[in-house]
Amino acid sequence: MRSEPRVELMHGVPSILPLRLEAVSFAVRGKPLLTDIGLEVTSGQRIMVLGPNGAGKSLTLRLCHGLLQPTKGRVTWLGAGANTPRRRHAMVFQRPVMLRRSALANITHALALQGIGRAQRKEQALAALRHFGLEALADRPARVLSGGEQQRLAMARAWALRPEVLFLDEPCAALDPGATHAIEEMIQAFHRAGVTIVMTTHNMGQARRLADEVIFLHHGRLLEQTPAAEFFEQPRSEAADAFMKGELLW
Amino acid sequence: MGQENAFLAAWRLIVELDPALVEIVILSLRVSLTAVLLASLLGLPIGAALAIYRFRGRGAAIVIFNAMMGLPPVVAGLVVYLLLSRSGPFGGLGLLFTPTAMIIAQTVLILPIVVSLTRQVIEDLWQEYEEQLRSLGSSTARAIPTLLRDARFSLITSVLAGFGRASAEVGAVLIVGGNIAGYTRTMTTAIALETARGDLALALGLGILLILLTLLLNTLAYGTGRFAQRTTG
Amino acid sequence: MVKHTNAREFNSTRRNILAGAAMGLAGLSALALSSTQALAQEEFITVASTTSTEQSGLFDHILPLFEEETGIEVRVIAQGTGQALDTGRRGDADVVFVHAKAAEEEFVEGGYGVERFEVMYNDFVVVGPNSDPAGVAGSDDVVEAFATIAETESTFASRGDDSGTHKAELALWGMADVEPGGNWYRETGSGMGPTLNTAAQMPAYALADRGTWISFQNRGDLEIVVEGDDRLFNQYGVILVNPEMHEHVKAEEGQAFIDWLVSEEGQEAIGSYELNGEQLFYPNAS
Repeated sequence: MRSEPRVELMHGVPSILPLRLEAVSFAVRGKPLLTDIGLEVTSGQRIMVLGPNGAGKSLTLRLCHGLLQPTKGRVTWLGAGANTPRRRHAMVFQRPVMLRRSALANITHALALQGIGRAQRKEQALAALRHFGLEALADRPARVLSGGEQQRLAMARAWALRPEVLFLDEPCAALDPGATHAIEEMIQAFHRAGVTIVMTTHNMGQARRLADEVIFLHHGRLLEQTPAAEFFEQPRSEAADAFMKGELLW
Repeated sequence: MGQENAFLAAWRLIVELDPALVEIVILSLRVSLTAVLLASLLGLPIGAALAIYRFRGRGAAIVIFNAMMGLPPVVAGLVVYLLLSRSGPFGGLGLLFTPTAMIIAQTVLILPIVVSLTRQVIEDLWQEYEEQLRSLGSSTARAIPTLLRDARFSLITSVLAGFGRASAEVGAVLIVGGNIAGYTRTMTTAIALETARGDLALALGLGILLILLTLLLNTLAYGTGRFAQRTTG
Repeated sequence: MVKHTNAREFNSTRRNILAGAAMGLAGLSALALSSTQALAQEEFITVASTTSTEQSGLFDHILPLFEEETGIEVRVIAQGTGQALDTGRRGDADVVFVHAKAAEEEFVEGGYGVERFEVMYNDFVVVGPNSDPAGVAGSDDVVEAFATIAETESTFASRGDDSGTHKAELALWGMADVEPGGNWYRETGSGMGPTLNTAAQMPAYALADRGTWISFQNRGDLEIVVEGDDRLFNQYGVILVNPEMHEHVKAEEGQAFIDWLVSEEGQEAIGSYELNGEQLFYPNAS
């Protein structure tokens, strides 16, 4: 049963989605970095957050994930399952931080932080590695793995946590094409298991391959939230249009 | 007697393995290693907490611990002496002029070193780890054992620095231990005594022995650290 | 359900931290306990004495004899006389064994000590560089020699540490009507041995007790320049710290030590101690 953990989790557990941001602003020492962001994330989508450097993409993800608190406005999980104490959304960073222990122990540590019993941790961690064909890495020290292997391990770690939403912040920015492809495959696996994806990327090809919906940010403001087909056909905002043509540099 | 005899004296000390000397060496190691153990048990978590918690007076606490790294051993010894003296607040314990008093004094002496160096190491590591650990659901308190564990190779250095200070100092143990022959005489107080007696060769011989012991312990620590690092990454 | 596991994990984290702290405390108290048990198991007394007696090696010679006879271990803290008396005053020793008669009598009068017993004497010697810049070598009038040293401003190394030797030196300056000070008068603020080490390097004149001088090995150019004057007489006394002042004082064992020191046997042991063929202390208990 545990080999398909996602399905098991989804059955009978109320969802935490939708996620709503209402008039969210974020400022550091009075300098506004995000202004008046409003958006809603619904279940099952693959949402790509796009925009030039400094638009506030990573900040938006961190606010959603709860790593940062908005200076103004509210971030709310509206679903009936939102009140359980366990965090049911996970995040994968551009550069994953691996602890100085084995790949397997990195996953069991994350599970321990989620309050999962000792006996169950190892089983669940191994299942996650196996799901992505990474069981050969289990006993290797995580710190000496290659960048691509570490990112795949980070994905497996996120998988083991059985999230309902997965945030990814430029997960392939530091990777070669092969590793990028592997990560995209893993993202699709999450999607197939019903996990909602919210991801930033600078790679337009990747955005086209993965997106159901696009959020476009510019200068800390949300300019549009548009279905992917429509966005890549013709963005609604001028800035996004310029961005797509490579004319918008910041 | 000239210094040219010091190496001979050191060599003789090692070869003859005089039981009184063995006793002194064992006591020295016992006192300093116990002090290091206690200072680590207290100092590693305190240093880590200081690194990652934000609270009022944190800056002051950091400055004080940093400054206390330079605490003169005699001052630490004097404070512990006054506390443990029969006329002091803890006089009833009868600990003055015992090895326990020396352990307490050395713990006081090296705690700031362990705390300060640990804080520095953990602060750097926390910068790297904070987002990831928070994302995985770690509370700040729960992060402390994780960080200490991951910094363990760097922390060996701070613990060794503490041991170095403990094993090298004479001022504190002399005051609170009393340099009693066969009971509280350590390597360093014996060196001080032999210097006072004008037996410089023997004093230097003991000094060479102390350096060799310190070297041996550091080699062991470094070796095991490197070995562990190679096997765990 | 989920909530419960979470709480348990949180608790176990707290438990880990608490366990760590508890282990630390347990370790500390175990250590403390082990040494207090040691206190209870074996009989011992703490004697505050002077660096001169310790460094001369006298205790290494006589204490085993006493310990064998009585089973009482004697732990000697070697300090300057002033500091040794202070250690007794604070109750940190059971017996003081020092050499500064006036200070000892004051100690007893102040109620800190029970009674003063005279045990032995040795004498002080004036040592100085063999070049003898003050020209006092061979004199048997120490007061005149001190006056000459001051007059010629020849370098003099003083203990300056409120020890018995320091007190004796100050008394001699007094007799010579000299207020010591100035560039030629150097206070080392340390024990007899370190002061002799310093004097050998300067070089300088210094007042030393004969015991330390005989056992001292780093003499350099120093040699005895004045000796044999009655005013260089150095009397040692032993006093039990007053148990009425400090109730934990081991009066019985401490008195046993004093009784042994002034007994025929103890006196003989003191008199038989020789270093480099020279007798260091002369027993004179009444």
